[in-house]
Amino acid sequence: MTILAVKNLRVMFKTEHGEIAAVDDVSFDLKQGEVLGIVGESGSGKSVSALAVMGLLPKPPARIAQGEVWFEGENLLHYTDRDMRRIRGPGIGMVFQEPMTSLNPVFTIGDQLMETVRVHQKVGPKAQRDRAIEMLARVGIAMPERRIDDYPHQLSGGMRQRVMIAMALICNPRLLIADEPTTALDVTIQQQILELLLDLRDEFKMAIMIITHNMGVVAEMADRVIVMYAGKIVEQAPVNELFARPVHPYTRGLLDSIPSLDDDRDRLKTIPGTLPRPWALPPGCRFQPRCAFRVDACAAAVPPLVSVRAEHESACIRQDELVAS
Amino acid sequence: MGRVILNRILGSIPVILIVTLITFGLMRAIPGDVSAALGGVSSTLAERELIRKNLGLDQPWHVQLVKWYSGMARGDLGRSIFLGKDVTQATFERLPVTVSLSIYALVLTLIFGMITGVLAALRQNTWVDQASMMFAMVGVSMPNFWIGLMMIVFFSVQLGWLPTGGYVPFFQDPWGWLRSTTMPAVSLALLQIGLLARITRSTMLEVLRQDYIRTARAKGLPNYLVVCKHALANTMIPVVTVIGIIVSLLISGAVVTESVFSIPGVGQLLTSAILNRDYPMIQGGLLFVTLLLVAINILVDVAYAWLDPRVRFEGG
Amino acid sequence: MADGVATMGSVPARAADPKPRSAAWDALRRLLRHRSFQTGLFLFAIILAAAVFAPLITAADPNKLAMRARFKPPGLDHWFGTDNFGRSQLARVVYGAQLSLMIGTAVVIINAVFGTLLGAISGYFRHLDNVLMRVNDAIMAFPAILLAIGVAAVLGRSMPNMILALSIVYIPRTARIVRSSVIVIRQMEYVQAAVAAGAGHWRILRRHILPNSMAPLLVQLSFLFAYAVLTEATLSFLGLGAEPPTPTWGNIMAEGRQYMREAPWIIAIPGAALAITVMALNLLGDGLRDILDPRLRIQQ
Repeated sequence: MTILAVKNLRVMFKTEHGEIAAVDDVSFDLKQGEVLGIVGESGSGKSVSALAVMGLLPKPPARIAQGEVWFEGENLLHYTDRDMRRIRGPGIGMVFQEPMTSLNPVFTIGDQLMETVRVHQKVGPKAQRDRAIEMLARVGIAMPERRIDDYPHQLSGGMRQRVMIAMALICNPRLLIADEPTTALDVTIQQQILELLLDLRDEFKMAIMIITHNMGVVAEMADRVIVMYAGKIVEQAPVNELFARPVHPYTRGLLDSIPSLDDDRDRLKTIPGTLPRPWALPPGCRFQPRCAFRVDACAAAVPPLVSVRAEHESACIRQDELVAS
Repeated sequence: MGRVILNRILGSIPVILIVTLITFGLMRAIPGDVSAALGGVSSTLAERELIRKNLGLDQPWHVQLVKWYSGMARGDLGRSIFLGKDVTQATFERLPVTVSLSIYALVLTLIFGMITGVLAALRQNTWVDQASMMFAMVGVSMPNFWIGLMMIVFFSVQLGWLPTGGYVPFFQDPWGWLRSTTMPAVSLALLQIGLLARITRSTMLEVLRQDYIRTARAKGLPNYLVVCKHALANTMIPVVTVIGIIVSLLISGAVVTESVFSIPGVGQLLTSAILNRDYPMIQGGLLFVTLLLVAINILVDVAYAWLDPRVRFEGG
Repeated sequence: MADGVATMGSVPARAADPKPRSAAWDALRRLLRHRSFQTGLFLFAIILAAAVFAPLITAADPNKLAMRARFKPPGLDHWFGTDNFGRSQLARVVYGAQLSLMIGTAVVIINAVFGTLLGAISGYFRHLDNVLMRVNDAIMAFPAILLAIGVAAVLGRSMPNMILALSIVYIPRTARIVRSSVIVIRQMEYVQAAVAAGAGHWRILRRHILPNSMAPLLVQLSFLFAYAVLTEATLSFLGLGAEPPTPTWGNIMAEGRQYMREAPWIIAIPGAALAITVMALNLLGDGLRDILDPRLRIQQ
């Protein structure tokens, strides 16, 4: 069953260079219990897409120019602010990148957990506190009944991210959006947090949309992957398919730049060049200036996302040749 | 927390020492000689000698210094020439008047300054924001004594609503107190309201951009909780530090305002001391007020430490 | 999971300047587009013009008595009215503008010199810092107006004494601002590099540190100008400024106070002129701060 369907989403931002499309005609969907990975560099539009789903874009400068966001059969873009508040928390939970700054420094973590329960459920203070302690225990915080009265600065980064996850899940959302949940953490902690998310997915039967620039995280977590470049989806496929048979030159570049142990190359391959500035996009395919497979026709038109094989789509005019190679 | 308070008190000792030294030097820095200034041009040498003797200025300076500090230890800041009273006693008699006026003005400042600043931040770049900031700019630019005079012209002389001056003690007649202190308090508070509104606005805008505000929204909290709880609590922390500055401005502003409205407070004590060349009174009054402000600033810092859990539980 | 991550291209895109211009020119261009700065500049220009062209604006002598023309309200004959001695208020107010701006300018120049000197010494030679900053803190512990009152009362009434009193009050505040930017800049790599290369203290201060701490100083000086003008008027009003009949705005208002029932214009007009001057300077300061102080620039 499809839980989230984003259709033709276009998000515009006002900048000093005029209005730019941070997300341009993006569509994807997410089934119950599925983990969708969205990969891309910073500035590729992946976080903006997530915030658009949550209705948390700063407006202005942002504006949703077109598209639909269907969550459990309702178009969230038609929701009022009030309706959206009922979705945030019990419908969709969100975990952010920076655990150090995402918790309010002047309130205890217990207070911040309990207020989430209080707003969405009619339960007394005792039940709120029990629920908060239960969630803290569930995300692996030792002695939760003591930790609950701590202030955020008294916790380590990894623990704060656990608290953030507890807070996002405390109202049993059907969808969890995790925006770079491990980027700010140590490598060992990263692993623990990812495992925790997968366990919780199984336990709560929720869908997860995980946003990352890290192909390793995708490989570990995702069932299906969307690759974004400069505001557009360039490829989407089930995770095994994508790693085994990547089509788009950008995806190939990303996969080539993952270091691996059984690799004796001296240097990692990197993609030459940088992400284009959104107010100065190249003509045609946005990746073509950096692409090793570039032909003149690439600059002619923006290539549409077309099917490569079942459940695998890519946006490259030379993809038939690339699949064959 | 205890360590914060202790550090703060210890840290202010050198400041207090130098403040007292500066005030000590002040009267001795009068060009020519204080006795000539007091006695007048026509005073004889003998008269001047007597004045010097009465003020203790005939003694060597180190003796004067010892006397200055030993007097201070007993709460003796010198004796007013004109009033024939101890400076401390005269100041304490007038203090309740100035304190009640300052508290009134402080309450006005906190209420209107915070509200204006918060509203401007929440409605950033709208007419509400622009009007608030225009009001704040006018507030910080207008001389408070002039506002006071203009209010007297308008509300007392033209409309006859409020008395032109004078003071009624609060415990004697609260309504009379309110009538006698409202114009002074408003004219005194205007500058601080502008100042606080500007600071509150920029702090609030900064806070509203923080990640934890986005978290609060992502949890589905209603807007009033996001603003009134999460944003305001963090805005209060830097605002509290400004309260020390505000109180300092209020007290020095009160000196002028009391003179405009003929309110018999510490400020008027000082201004009449200026007119009467009552140097010991000026010196003692200045020191008294400054030490009071140092103490208030320590209290403010303690309040700050208490408000911010990162300081309150220093060391985890 | 692998330790290293996919590097995803390299540096985030940054706008390359097509033709690099000097930073000062760029700042000036941005200042002239800043709304507060524009308003402040406009208001300040009016006051400055009034002060500079005072003899052209009115032929009247600000101190000439005309007992037959006492208490004339503002009108065609006397734009700003006359006072209890029949003196032209227009003349008194425009000459008052001269005095206000002169005092303000003098205080600003003295602060720029001594504040920078003290601040730079304190921020650069850290062993002197402790002593200098304790004295600084002590002077700043006095409420500004009260200290100015004390100093002015001790020195006696005159323009130079007023300038001296205001300077004593405000130099520590200026020094503190210079000091904090010097401390920051001293830690910068290019200064450390100069130290490592064996450059002398004086050369480092002059070549590297002072030019880079000018921006906050400039912001401070514009606000200082406003405080100086305001405090001077307040002290004059309290009877501590230049001796009457010198037409400082504070003096005019102090004299006009007893006639405020019959002739409110005597205090209304110089007070308004004072408020406009202070507001102009505050607006200029706001603009300078927004454009020059990089810490605050982001918040627009």
